[in-house]
Amino acid sequence: MTENHGSDLPAGGEKETALLAMADHIADVVDKMLVSCAVVRGEIELRVNPADVPQVLTLLRGDRQAAFNQLIDLTAVDYPERESRFDMVYLLLSMDNNRRMRLVAAVAAGQVVPSVTGLFMAANWAEREVWDMFGIFFAGHPDLRRLLTDYGFEGHPLRKDFPLTGHVEVRYDDNQRRVVNGPVHLVQEFRDFDFLSPWEGMQTQIAEKPAGDDAEQKG
Amino acid sequence: MAEMQIKPITMNFGPQHPAAHGVLRLVLEMDGEVIERADPHIGLLHRGTEKLIEHKTYLQALPYFDRLDYVSPMNQEHAWALAVEKALGIEVPRRAQYIRVLYCEIGRILNHLLNLTTFAIDVGAMTPLLWGFEEREHLMGFYERACGARLHAAYFRPGGVHQDLPDDLLHDIKNWAQKFPDFIDDLETLLTENRIFKQRTVDIGVISYDDALSLGITGPCLRGSGMAWDLRKTQPYDAYEEMDFDIPIGKTGDCYARYLVRVEEMRQSLRIIEQAIDGMPAGPVMAQNNKIIPPSRGEMKKSMEALIHHFKLYTEGFHVPEGESYTAVEAPKGEFGVYLVSDGTNKPYRCKIRAPGFYFMAAVDHLSRGHMLADSVAIIGSLDIVFGEIDR
Repeated sequence: MTENHGSDLPAGGEKETALLAMADHIADVVDKMLVSCAVVRGEIELRVNPADVPQVLTLLRGDRQAAFNQLIDLTAVDYPERESRFDMVYLLLSMDNNRRMRLVAAVAAGQVVPSVTGLFMAANWAEREVWDMFGIFFAGHPDLRRLLTDYGFEGHPLRKDFPLTGHVEVRYDDNQRRVVNGPVHLVQEFRDFDFLSPWEGMQTQIAEKPAGDDAEQKG
Repeated sequence: MAEMQIKPITMNFGPQHPAAHGVLRLVLEMDGEVIERADPHIGLLHRGTEKLIEHKTYLQALPYFDRLDYVSPMNQEHAWALAVEKALGIEVPRRAQYIRVLYCEIGRILNHLLNLTTFAIDVGAMTPLLWGFEEREHLMGFYERACGARLHAAYFRPGGVHQDLPDDLLHDIKNWAQKFPDFIDDLETLLTENRIFKQRTVDIGVISYDDALSLGITGPCLRGSGMAWDLRKTQPYDAYEEMDFDIPIGKTGDCYARYLVRVEEMRQSLRIIEQAIDGMPAGPVMAQNNKIIPPSRGEMKKSMEALIHHFKLYTEGFHVPEGESYTAVEAPKGEFGVYLVSDGTNKPYRCKIRAPGFYFMAAVDHLSRGHMLADSVAIIGSLDIVFGEIDR
């Protein structure tokens, strides 16, 4: 295992062709479970249904040409306005091929996602974190407890509808002689400025009123 | 004598234990002195970095990266800078690339010095810590001279680095780099063949190659298990492609192998530092793009437009085109990645930080089962755990 993986990188245009070829190959491997497969910003993005995730990961790991044998990270993104609210994102790495890809599955609120802890031990804590931060439930996870938040914490902080300040704060209570949770009390009102403004001046022209509009109203 | 049943004991290790490397609460189920199960409780240093970043502009999000793995701050900034540059599609000037490489390697030595010496103190060797921290002072001095801060640098920016280096700094770094191998030799005389150190580390916490892949272990810990994988070589970023260095790998995958790999990595970092200094090109340290890069003070005094740009960049910030990307760097601890989702506005929609230490900590249960209590300290020490990045 001492070979240098850096030397066999195809250069320039070849790199792009190889990438597209790999994307095609992955789409073939996944076959019927495929929802979409694209190459964006030089990265392969594969979309499947959440129920198929463990099977797709097994296929991608087992296929000799793809060989995505390391789960680098697993996370979620919240899009509250969408019907399927969350995107589960699995970042994969193939050390043999020196290639990365990501697997994305859209998950509705309350929908259960099969756990991949049986395939990758790394998924254990990563799924606990997603459960903690987004409240996505993983079926078949051996130990789905909260990970990063405090003991007895309520809510899922990385959801977009969770306020930045949170709902509770801790303080030391002199009478009870212990640290207690209480509602957040802000000394200064929470400020979240919206700096979005047209950078290059007005982008859209205000539609000119047709002549005679005013006259009609007056009449 | 009648057979006695020993009841398993549940023991709390930390959160205020010097060998826990920060605020780790490790709940250990012990059978006598043997660990049956280790359950790390993390999150005591959770600051909600990812949530905070969603509420900040791309430039304001940068200093949070210093505060993740606070032992090697610039390496983390590098990942963020590269992620934003990838999304914006801007090129970084050559001089800035070289400065970044130089400071990333200084960061690597900073990190390894802290890890190796605290690891040594965990298993009973006091002197390396005192020596190592003296060297770290020199390195943090170089940080300070480049950007004004010893720890939380905020020096790497999307598009380059914030300011150019002072005149004699490169000369001083080179002088230091020529003397530093002697320090590594001295350090090795204390540890490498030390009987006590070897008794505490050899064959302890062995990570097999397959387990390392499954556990998501990267960096020196993966290389200690015999995999020659280093993102600086395999997926080079900035000027790493032009640097000549070797990847040390271990054979046994135990705590001792991880120690040896880190010692050799410091020597390789010195090679990169010397090459970066010798090959340092002249030129600008920031990309030329008025809509992303803030103007210089001098320009602002003369040009109205520069003044407007300055105001807009430090209030509204720049807009990043819609899209998703994952960018990873070889941080001293392993693969540090940023999964960035931008929605076309001035703030990131989602920023997932992939911290190498998170997966090391998750592996502690797997690694310490069947070991003695004292070995768990050696395992935690050898994995290089810093809670800033694990808890985020």
